[in-house]
Amino acid sequence: MSEVLLEARNIGKRFGGVQALKDVSLTIRPREIYGLIGPNGAGKTTLFNVFTGLYPRDGGEVLLNGKPLSLESPHTVAAAGIARTFQNIRLFNNMTAIENVMVGRHVRTKAGVFGAILHTRAERAEEAAIRRRAEELLHYVGIADRAHSLARHLSYGDQRRLEIARALATDPILLALDEPAAGMNATETVALRALIEGLRNDGLTVLLIEHDVKLVMGLCDRVAVLEYGQKIAEDVPEVVRANPKVIEAYLGTSAH
Amino acid sequence: MDILLQQIINGLTTGSVYAVVALGYTMVYGVIQLINFAHGEVVMIGAMVAFTIITALAGTAMPPTFIVLAGVLAAIPVCMGIGYSLERIAYRPLRHAPRLAPLITAIGMSIILQHIALLIWGRNPLAFPQIIDNPSFNIGGAAISGVQIAIIMLSLLMMGGLSWFVYRTRFGIAIRATAENVHVAGLMGINADRVIAATFVIGAGLGAVAGVMFGTYYGIAHYTMGFTLGLKAFSAAVLGGIGNLPGAMVGGILLGLVEALGSGYIGDLTNLCHWPGATSWMGERCANGADFVVFGSNYQDVFAFLMLILVLVFRPSGLLGERVSERA
Repeated sequence: MSEVLLEARNIGKRFGGVQALKDVSLTIRPREIYGLIGPNGAGKTTLFNVFTGLYPRDGGEVLLNGKPLSLESPHTVAAAGIARTFQNIRLFNNMTAIENVMVGRHVRTKAGVFGAILHTRAERAEEAAIRRRAEELLHYVGIADRAHSLARHLSYGDQRRLEIARALATDPILLALDEPAAGMNATETVALRALIEGLRNDGLTVLLIEHDVKLVMGLCDRVAVLEYGQKIAEDVPEVVRANPKVIEAYLGTSAH
Repeated sequence: MDILLQQIINGLTTGSVYAVVALGYTMVYGVIQLINFAHGEVVMIGAMVAFTIITALAGTAMPPTFIVLAGVLAAIPVCMGIGYSLERIAYRPLRHAPRLAPLITAIGMSIILQHIALLIWGRNPLAFPQIIDNPSFNIGGAAISGVQIAIIMLSLLMMGGLSWFVYRTRFGIAIRATAENVHVAGLMGINADRVIAATFVIGAGLGAVAGVMFGTYYGIAHYTMGFTLGLKAFSAAVLGGIGNLPGAMVGGILLGLVEALGSGYIGDLTNLCHWPGATSWMGERCANGADFVVFGSNYQDVFAFLMLILVLVFRPSGLLGERVSERA
């Protein structure tokens, strides 16, 4: 495995006259928890959406394991090994928890109409394997007992966990979490933190966008700070915390 | 003869055909929020193709059931091909266009298919050849024919099969995921184009069988039959809650029942000579047991659309429909 898992070079993105991202470069190393912070509107989620193929970028490139990543559609990004969750949870609400996770396995398996209709032995075996894997993942994130509840009937914290389980089902090498702690209470945040650390210990690389600076500083190995679409710092939490530009971005310029 | 039971049997028969056709509308709507107005024409072409095959084989020594089956088996792939082509040629290029554009295209495709059928089969109705003897059974004073039994059973079988496919298989999960959120489904590796094409193909396949059943029941197939049938099935889908599979099934059967009961009783109910005190104000016109019927059973079609209007006014999301889902 290379020393760099994901490298973004000079990513740019415009929305009409607004330069949402300008020459953003960053490197994420294997098996690290990489935090992305910044004030509201700094471009964190935009960068995320570019990484996961939801928005076309206007410049720059992304390398995954040294190879250029095709950002053409969400479907190819998922196949390359990047999975994500959403700031505003986007589950399939009218499907059960286990079905949500089973959908995530789609990218790693081939399911055809005719296989499904004919219901061959191979098809049944694969379906059983998918169901087992989905059960394991629900167990892993700690909501195995809610497997057959509809996603919309789960508590908020459980929905976040389900979204993570669904993302994990795609067998990602990089898991991108968009504000997973948003709206969580203190207990849920502690549990989430343990879950993210567990993911890393199990070999996954995590990209974390978070508003909760305390959570980011405590959890991440390295942190990048975005402001007005530009990266103003990238380093270990202690160094970033002491960076005058970062303090200025968060607290304003009154000190000067 | 028991009119109530008889009309219930007739209503179940047409209703189950409506239900199967309605599934085609509702599946496509569920996935891409498009009313595929050409679906009725696909159903019509299914009937035409099957009738052509059945007529061609009618003179041979083959067993009648085999001949009908051959007709159905020929109609299914033809309709599936048309369903697939419709999606590829007419709707996919407009996937990201404003919603009015594919809707107008749908109406255009409907007209085109109707006229292709006119060119191929001409303007005279095709008659179903008299090859099967249609036994009639008596239950509780009403008659049910072999064809009616076959239609109801086959429809139930198709509805059950589709439900199993959508709710129990992996591809079905992919269809439901795409219907809920096409972008997130894409992130899970679901190829939306394939899922959308599949819904058109499956809907068209069901429609083909429905077309043959409908044509066999009434004994004729005609190039304009898809219009009213499609409109009624669409009403049934809206009645049940468009985009909702169980809704289309319930809506179709309910529509068939309302239509049959309505046309069965409207003549009696609007026979002014049977109204209390009729002799005083109808006078001579009711003398000697004469009838004065305001609305006859030819008002059958009114009920389907009357019901559609009532649903749209009082419960726009349909009987089983949820509130319009929030889309990201």
